[in-house]
Amino acid sequence: MTTDLQHSRRQFLKITATVGGGMMLGFSWLKPYGEAEGADIITDFIELNGYLKIAPDATGKGSLITLLSPNPEVGQNVKTSMPMIVAEELCANWKDVRVEQAPLNTAVFKRQVAGGSQSIRQTWATLRNAGATAKHLLVEAAAQEWGVPAAECEASGSFVKHASSGRSASFGSLAAAAAKLTPPAPEAVKLKDPSEFTLIGTSQGNVDMEAILTGKPVFGLDQKVPGMLYSTALRPPAFGQKLKSFDDKAAKAVNGVVQVFRFANDNKIAVVATSTWAAIKGKRALQAVWEDDGTLESTASQYEAMRKKLDEAAEQPKRNDGDVKAAFATADKIIERVYESPYLPHNPMEPGNFFANVTADKVELSGPAQAPERFRGEVAKLLGRDESTVSIGLTRMGGGFGRRLRGDFVLEAAEISSIAKAPVQHVYTREDDMTAGIYRPASMYKFRAAIKGEQLVGYHLTGAGLNAGNVVRENFFPAGAIENCLMESHDLPSKVTTGPWRAPVTNFLASAEQSFFDEIAEAVGKDPVQFRIELFERAKANPVGKFEYDAERSIGVMKLAAEKSNWGKAPAGVHQGFSAYFCHNSYVAEVAEVKMEGRRPVVKRVVCAVDCGIVINPVAAINQCEGGVIDGIGHAMYGDFTLEKGKPQQENFDKFRLIRMGEQPAVEVHFVKSNTDPTGLGEPTLPPAGGAVANAFYRATKERVYVQPFVKVMKNLG
Amino acid sequence: MAKYDITVNGKKHKVEADPDTPLLWVLRDNLGLYGTKYGCGIGECGACTIHYNGNAMRSCSMTVADVGEAAITTIEGLSETASHPLQQAWREHDVPQCGYCQAGQIMSAAALLASTPNPDDDEIDAAMYANICRCGTYNKIKAAIKSAASK
Repeated sequence: MTTDLQHSRRQFLKITATVGGGMMLGFSWLKPYGEAEGADIITDFIELNGYLKIAPDATGKGSLITLLSPNPEVGQNVKTSMPMIVAEELCANWKDVRVEQAPLNTAVFKRQVAGGSQSIRQTWATLRNAGATAKHLLVEAAAQEWGVPAAECEASGSFVKHASSGRSASFGSLAAAAAKLTPPAPEAVKLKDPSEFTLIGTSQGNVDMEAILTGKPVFGLDQKVPGMLYSTALRPPAFGQKLKSFDDKAAKAVNGVVQVFRFANDNKIAVVATSTWAAIKGKRALQAVWEDDGTLESTASQYEAMRKKLDEAAEQPKRNDGDVKAAFATADKIIERVYESPYLPHNPMEPGNFFANVTADKVELSGPAQAPERFRGEVAKLLGRDESTVSIGLTRMGGGFGRRLRGDFVLEAAEISSIAKAPVQHVYTREDDMTAGIYRPASMYKFRAAIKGEQLVGYHLTGAGLNAGNVVRENFFPAGAIENCLMESHDLPSKVTTGPWRAPVTNFLASAEQSFFDEIAEAVGKDPVQFRIELFERAKANPVGKFEYDAERSIGVMKLAAEKSNWGKAPAGVHQGFSAYFCHNSYVAEVAEVKMEGRRPVVKRVVCAVDCGIVINPVAAINQCEGGVIDGIGHAMYGDFTLEKGKPQQENFDKFRLIRMGEQPAVEVHFVKSNTDPTGLGEPTLPPAGGAVANAFYRATKERVYVQPFVKVMKNLG
Repeated sequence: MAKYDITVNGKKHKVEADPDTPLLWVLRDNLGLYGTKYGCGIGECGACTIHYNGNAMRSCSMTVADVGEAAITTIEGLSETASHPLQQAWREHDVPQCGYCQAGQIMSAAALLASTPNPDDDEIDAAMYANICRCGTYNKIKAAIKSAASK
């Protein structure tokens, strides 16, 4: 156990400066050297490994260091934090570093995926080794040049120094010699002890900041090459419909439309044009006839089917500890509650798009992709090409939230380019993006608790989802803490396409579960935080079966959240709600505070305690945590997506409500100080948010809320 | 196609486009000014916010024919050296996450500060309500606007 739950005063200052008061951090703002004076003359970069290239700077005295960021950047800030890890072990001065987004390159990089909050966790060791190996070579090169033992040389701030002789050489001046050396054996490469970190743990600004602030083209939609055409696609208006026929006369009459065709094996029609607007207009002018292909689903009937399933036993339970039947039969009290949640579109602000240029011998693809390696395989298969002829460049993504883990937009772009025989920028309109499918599945849960005396002795969770896979998490809390524990999951087939949405399954499961635990705590007359801590203590002392979480770290964040929020000692008029969850290898506890404004409950503040191991870049980590909390609250309160006869009823932001300025609470983030290897932050703060708010609403209004979005059932929510 | 003379960021441009083309697509496809973003196309998200004679407007919801003699300013023209107090404050607070909506946020905030140099919370909420940030950077945006206002 390396986690230190004690916050030092210094740590507190470093990482808890959040909203309201403004940041008080001293950043070193990185100026990309590509824009610096004289940078254009630098051509002789020396590649020491796939992650880094080094050249002398324009003066010849310093270094220019290019670090490649392997994983797709979707707003989780890996383009800054991953290179920081390499720079730390390289002993580079961060001011000498420029970051380049790597393309898909499976020969050098592993798992180039933005998903599952795994980028940092799964590359931590590799990134450190890349930096440390290069440093080893640079030190060796200096030692050889000076004729001194390498052990007497030290690297820091992009220089290698020999203390006793006072000699010093920049990485830039050593790179050429270093590249000629034999790479060291892995065991010869020494990594730093976390106590030696000087860059990791400091706040560094987003490396794309200047581009973002000045409107430089960094996103997928901003790509343009000579001769490029623009395309859109018309898809069935309802899930379960297929294309019968279409008339493209009016579409082809639109100024700028150059081609209209049906996709080879699909119910979609492509419109190719000389501008984005012409492609959009051409699509609108298409006259298509659609026909039903079987039954069309509606939200009401889907919900009915899920509710029915909740009363059935699954063929094979996901978890079955002890004797649940007996526990319920002999209980003093049984609590049973059902929770409901809708489909959710991902709604990244940058709608789906991709660039494709398919020629006789190669396929060039570029754009916003969370899973480029999979897309490469899918495109190669679609076009009957060898994967080695397919390249994918990665642009910064205007959000993803899981939507860009699915490659429909890439496949469409590739097919259109292959038929149009031109480079194309394929564009989804917002309506396409919201209605083309791939949603967070709608799901429901029935929770049952058996209480004997003051103890929770039996737990029975039944989940049902639409095209959702397994909707329970049988190895997460409360598994391990309760002797008699049954978890079952039903997956109902549906024509509505679904996929991972930020914190799949747990984005609703946690909210429902943590609301339910609030009710159990109340039923046994215990403080909600204390009640949970006691259960985790049971998992520690008498673990039941196998489970994935560390009970000690779970208790750690709960205590930290309680301490920082003054749990139980809120001023009059402030109503607190508690929630805690472990997922994506990180631990989070949240306290939401609600005040009544007239008859309207308003979420004013969320205190969020996080244990993600080592924090790489505190300012960015805070951003992720805060964003996750606000996303979780926004969707729990407002996000609703419904279908009538297979047709989405929300097509744009006039009907789909996202949380907006003024509706968000202040968010205060506290990290557990830790030397444990880092885990991800893109998702873990989202799942507990809905439950914390629901529990605070209950304290404020005496009303329990079982349905998401809350606004659907809480009349005064606004 | 029709021909238009429009003034963007202090420069006159001759553009050829159909009269119903939203200004957004003229800025992006014709002039290569990619800072103004497409988010919804119906004026509901604010990603395409520009200044029309100094007022924050949604460039997806006005046509090139609507522009006339008006002075259009985009994020690229907000300041010469990315030194507008809001751009400085955005750096200071490390506001962006994915960054896609931020140009629109800054343009809305710049119009707000031009008319209300020291906005209070309610004034910021009202002026920025039309700009969606899917990543949830609202608190940082608000803090950055206040920082910029104090300069």
